[in-house]
Amino acid sequence: MGEADKPVIDVRELRVEFPGRRGSVTALSDVSLSIKAGEILGVVGESGAGKSMTGLAIQGLLERPGHISGGEIWLAGRRIDQLNDQAMEQIRGREIGAIFQDPLTSLNPLFTVGAQLGETIRQHLPVSKREAKLRAIQLLRDVGIPSPEERVKQYPHQFSGGMRQRVVIALALAASPKLVIADEPTTALDVSIQAQVISLLRKLCKEKQTAVMLVTHDMGVIAEAADRVAVMYAGRLIELGPVEQVLHAPRHPYTQGLMASIPSLDGRVEKLSQIDGSMPRLDAIPIGCAFSPRCSHAGPRCLKERPELTFAGEGASACWLNAGGTA
Amino acid sequence: MTMQTGETAALTVSRLTKTFDVSAPWLNRVVERKPRQLLQAVDDVSFSVPAGGCLAIVGESGCGKSTVARLVTGLYRPSAGDLNFANGRDGKTLRAQMIFQDPYASLNPRWSVKNIIAEPLRELKLRTGAAEITERVEELLRIVGLSPSDGEKYPHEFSGGQRQRISIARALASEPEFLVCDEPTSALDVSVQAQVLNLMRELQDRLGLTYLFISHDMSVVHHMSDRVAVMYLGRIVEEGDTEEIFARPLHPYTQLLLQTIPNVRTPNRDREPANGEVPSPLNPPSGCTFHPRCPLATARCSSEAPKIRTSSSGARIACHMVDVEE
Ligand SMILES: Nc1ncnc2c1ncn2[C@@H]1O[C@H](COP(=O)(O)OP(=O)(O)OP(=O)(O)O)[C@@H](O)[C@H]1O
Ligand SMILES: Nc1ncnc2c1ncn2[C@@H]1O[C@H](COP(=O)(O)OP(=O)(O)OP(=O)(O)O)[C@@H](O)[C@H]1O
Ligand code: SF4
Ligand SMILES: [Mg+2]
Ligand SMILES: [Mg+2]
Repeated sequence: MGEADKPVIDVRELRVEFPGRRGSVTALSDVSLSIKAGEILGVVGESGAGKSMTGLAIQGLLERPGHISGGEIWLAGRRIDQLNDQAMEQIRGREIGAIFQDPLTSLNPLFTVGAQLGETIRQHLPVSKREAKLRAIQLLRDVGIPSPEERVKQYPHQFSGGMRQRVVIALALAASPKLVIADEPTTALDVSIQAQVISLLRKLCKEKQTAVMLVTHDMGVIAEAADRVAVMYAGRLIELGPVEQVLHAPRHPYTQGLMASIPSLDGRVEKLSQIDGSMPRLDAIPIGCAFSPRCSHAGPRCLKERPELTFAGEGASACWLNAGGTA
Repeated sequence: MTMQTGETAALTVSRLTKTFDVSAPWLNRVVERKPRQLLQAVDDVSFSVPAGGCLAIVGESGCGKSTVARLVTGLYRPSAGDLNFANGRDGKTLRAQMIFQDPYASLNPRWSVKNIIAEPLRELKLRTGAAEITERVEELLRIVGLSPSDGEKYPHEFSGGQRQRISIARALASEPEFLVCDEPTSALDVSVQAQVLNLMRELQDRLGLTYLFISHDMSVVHHMSDRVAVMYLGRIVEEGDTEEIFARPLHPYTQLLLQTIPNVRTPNRDREPANGEVPSPLNPPSGCTFHPRCPLATARCSSEAPKIRTSSSGARIACHMVDVEE
């Protein structure tokens, strides 16, 4: 493997547990994924599947008593899952940038946008106040904000929703992190603005060779922005592969059902294809394949044995149908 | 007006307007010498909803969709304009029931599902006596694909899609013929969305319901509606047959909406991160309010608001630059 092909982030068999009064709940198990420099990995799946949890675990932001109970996380060749809070604090912002759904949670209403950018830059990079200011202006320019020299003096409420999210992107990129975790970055934005923010993220990721983990439930966004896609179900990865393959030739019955259930803009059908039932709760995950109660292909083996994520070519899926055996 | 011959309108809305007073408190206004500030959330909107059909309203956040929904269901009083409901099957004027976006916030968490659904039955005295009410609640639960035993449970014990089914059951309890659905699937996952949309279509056929369907998701609107009204800053800019509008959008804003929305089947991976913002409704642009974002805009567009004109095919468009054969 050449140096350039080394993953920026490498998550290996990650397991996250939440101990509780009635025993421990496993929120993530066996999650393995990696992202290279300049690559966007889209993460999709039903609400509660574990998408945000994966991002939080990588950033060391799991809410206690939740904790990593297995596996390893490597960032640029360094193992980070065992670091203490202080060390992780250093990594967040400097090496891992974060973009969340609601831009207002990431911005302080009391400080100007320039002050916030400057502060973040100086916290992580050894630069003077003046240099930090110039860099802040440049960052705003990079994210497409007109007249950035004026805009740095303004407060978040003076920006529109789409512009605020651009500022948050600028903030996440302020210290040139190696990895950006964007969790539903466009969900709170106007539909016509979403595409702009996504294409901006994509452009910056390519230019700056940042690895991006893009969590979203919007398949259109994934189709436009992601290079590879990871599909999660009940705390596990069930499919992983190049974007065209996962969206247009999915291998796992869940992904197939998911894609078929999206209404099309071309032809109109009387009834949408639907996956009956719902994702199991974490404390009631069936043995065998977690999708088996909803799966039309499920055979006896699916009810007893859990299929592992198995690679075939560039893509991987966790389904007995694709594992060479019989379901 | 917008009806094709042979169709009757369940609801005809003419020149509907809703203005909100969003001024600072009186004292602040005097001290800071600020004028009174009015927000035109819905501005001279006319449309009709075909009986047994589905009219969708699309547009970006803040364009006035929910305000129209609230006017239609009587939660707001119009500042101007009229709402005319046709008579229902029982000969009385139709009433609209609403299904909201957030199935969690709209269900009382302390009530059992049975009580939630029974409330309109009791309120409107549609059923009397415990046995009759129980029977009807169980019937409604079955209609929306839940089991009668679910009635004993509480909202938090259900998934998002199931909670939306409960809201639908509650809305159906009052035996409405007209449902206003404000982003009924926006809070749901796509796979769950398919379940809810299928259910809504099936109920429409089975019970002969009329829908006013609100969404910002073009593919959902395309799937559900017979007619579409596209709103921008409180006004309808284009309205017409769904298939027609999706195949040949005429208004530049409708075109922009269809182009800019990331689409799974035809993604545009080379999109340039263009600029463009939705203007504030507090200070709307002059003339055609879309002119700052419009590729076709001329001097006339920034000074004169275009009137809505009806084409021979029955589509209505408000744009100076689109030729409409009247
Ligand atoms: N503090 C906690 N204690 C116990 N379980 C939790 C806690 N926080 C989250 N979970 C559970 O972990 C699972 C994964 O949640 P996560 O937030 O990662 O879902 P998600 O895929 O991001 O969903 P969404 O699309 O709704 O954001 C969920 O089932 C959730 O209920
Ligand atoms: N009760 C109110 N008082 C003052 N202003 C209001 C009120 N309700 C709505 N508005 C304003 O009216 C405009 C239209 O709001 P509305 O909720 O109808 O938009 P919408 O199209 O439903 O948007 P969204 O897609 O975000 O739900 C907005 O500018 C909003 O801020
Ligand atoms: S493993 Fe079996 S149950 Fe699971 S998705 Fe594949 S076929 Fe369906
Ligand atoms: Mg999440
Ligand atoms: Mg609304």
